[in-house]
Amino acid sequence: MSHNVFAPWDDPNAVPLVEIRGLLKRFGDFVALDHIDLNVYPREFFALLGPSGCGKTTIMRMLAGFETPTAGTVKLEGQDLAEIPPYSRNVNMMFQSYALFPHISVADNIAFGLKQDKRPKDEIAARVEEMLSLVQLGKFAHRKPHQLSGGQRQRVALARALAKKPPLLLLDEPLGALDKKLRQETQFELMDIQEKLGLTFMIVTHDQEEAMTVASRIAVMNEGKIVQVATPNTIYEHPNSVYVAGFLGEVNLIAGKAHRLDDHHTELHWAEGEPPLRIDHPLEGTDGVDATLALRPEKVSISHEEPQAGLCRVQGTINDIAYTGNLSIYFVKLSNGVIIKAQEANSRRLEHRNYTWEDTVWLSWRPTAGSLLLQ
Amino acid sequence: MGQGLQNRIVILLPYLWLLILFLAPFGIVLKISFSDTAIAIPPYTPLWDWSDIRGFFAELDFENYTWLLEDDLYWKSYLSSLRIAAISTLITLLIGYPMAYAMAKAPKNIRPTLLMLIILPFWTSFLIRVYAWIGILKNEGYINIALEWLGIIDEPIMMLNTDFAVFVGIVYSYLPFMILPLYATLEKMDGSLIEAAKDLGCTEVSAFWKVTLPLSMPGIIAGCFLVFIPAIGEFVIPDLLGGSDTIMIGKVLWSEFFRNRDWPVASAVAVLLLLILIVPIVLFQHFQQRAEQN
Repeated sequence: MSHNVFAPWDDPNAVPLVEIRGLLKRFGDFVALDHIDLNVYPREFFALLGPSGCGKTTIMRMLAGFETPTAGTVKLEGQDLAEIPPYSRNVNMMFQSYALFPHISVADNIAFGLKQDKRPKDEIAARVEEMLSLVQLGKFAHRKPHQLSGGQRQRVALARALAKKPPLLLLDEPLGALDKKLRQETQFELMDIQEKLGLTFMIVTHDQEEAMTVASRIAVMNEGKIVQVATPNTIYEHPNSVYVAGFLGEVNLIAGKAHRLDDHHTELHWAEGEPPLRIDHPLEGTDGVDATLALRPEKVSISHEEPQAGLCRVQGTINDIAYTGNLSIYFVKLSNGVIIKAQEANSRRLEHRNYTWEDTVWLSWRPTAGSLLLQ
Repeated sequence: MGQGLQNRIVILLPYLWLLILFLAPFGIVLKISFSDTAIAIPPYTPLWDWSDIRGFFAELDFENYTWLLEDDLYWKSYLSSLRIAAISTLITLLIGYPMAYAMAKAPKNIRPTLLMLIILPFWTSFLIRVYAWIGILKNEGYINIALEWLGIIDEPIMMLNTDFAVFVGIVYSYLPFMILPLYATLEKMDGSLIEAAKDLGCTEVSAFWKVTLPLSMPGIIAGCFLVFIPAIGEFVIPDLLGGSDTIMIGKVLWSEFFRNRDWPVASAVAVLLLLILIVPIVLFQHFQQRAEQN
């Protein structure tokens, strides 16, 4: 592995900034967090991703100090957070609602935490100035929050949370209230700022695209558990479960029984009378186990002619066609009724289509393209 | 067209209401305050002669107002009313704020019940509730009986017919008017603001002073006005609970009207009372608006 790749999670000597061990949280009978173990390393942009109610916000609120664990420990910079009240933690949070103080100006909002720490006056002034220029709001220093647009308020909230230079910044759905275009721009700004300041960011989001864009690593959560923690690339290409595969992006799922071919190859028997599908991956379960092949639509090719040897193939009829301008998506129905999506990039201007409804077509993909999932 | 007319009527109605039930009666009172007493029904010289507008204005005089300035009874009762109303308002705020705060922080499902409890006293007549305080405060009243039974005192404490009883009466009667606007502002306050303050280094206490209190200012101001204004003109409470040395302008007004039957002087007292109340309120709102714009 080359040295310029940022991957402290692969380095056994790296010291994590945040260490969560056996974290359990119950609200009455409801288990919000179910034995969470997690490391977050310095300078990471870490994303907690999951549907609402999966516990991602609870983890964040625990780091900020607004919730106390039922069991387990949360450590920041090696220090157990259990006894430290929110106001003396080295953590700041950017709230989903921004939570700007409506009765004071933008500059006073940013200075709030610094004043609370009784920093010298000129240091506060300099820091506020620095933060305002970082988020490009110098002209708005004396405005009240209600005189700003949504995007500007979002920046003030970010500047306020960054003013104390916290080693760990928590961002709770920071871009949720922005429209799509502004959200995309702001994602890149967030990444720039994080890199420039060399801080650790931890973001909570339910938007998988956002998590994929900004994060160095993503933890996918479901019902109080972390299902998978990995880089965006790994999560997308090698999901460890049907849940993760379905949560991030589009996926085709073909269920069947997996049989071991040899040490590196597996076969999936997916329908009566159809040839099995080969997968270039060792079988991790017992022979004949129930398994699902997860296949991204962009990795599936469509053709009238039978595909060349060596490719995995199935035959079916076109059930539906979706044309989104940049893409054409074919919904192909297989003999057992399963519908497989095949996505084609319209790299040339589309004059006439080669395929139409009810055509019988071949779908093919490389044996390395899919992931065999046992859960 | 029809829509425009409808809108105009809707806007007109409250103005008409104010005109008929506030401005017109006030005009009559204002006019009476410029008249002289007479042995007649009503007991003042009529000043309504349409045939002689010039004579009407010539007859106007400020005799009643100069009288108010000359006799120090009036000034003393104005000042005493202001003092009693101000102190009662402050006490009401100090008691009402924690109550409103606790209500706003209470679990959502019990808030309607708590609100109901605050409004509940209104279901009994105001007069009866003030009378009830006589039974509680008098020398043979419940408080003295309890204290004597506990052996804390030998002699009953004189509470009824003192300023203390007036404070008790006003604070008790007007507490809901303080709590309701305070509760309304505190209840709708975004809880994440307090969390943000704590996140930025505030303890529970400093978060209250720096965020909760300034943000509840509109509620504090509304509550104080709702208590202070009626308390200044209060008549029933000082009359029933206060002593002979508790002078309040409402009592003076009442005795001018009904004991002395001097309607012109009583009207002048009423007009002056209104001015004393309206001028500071208008000034306050003016400055408030300017402060908000900046």
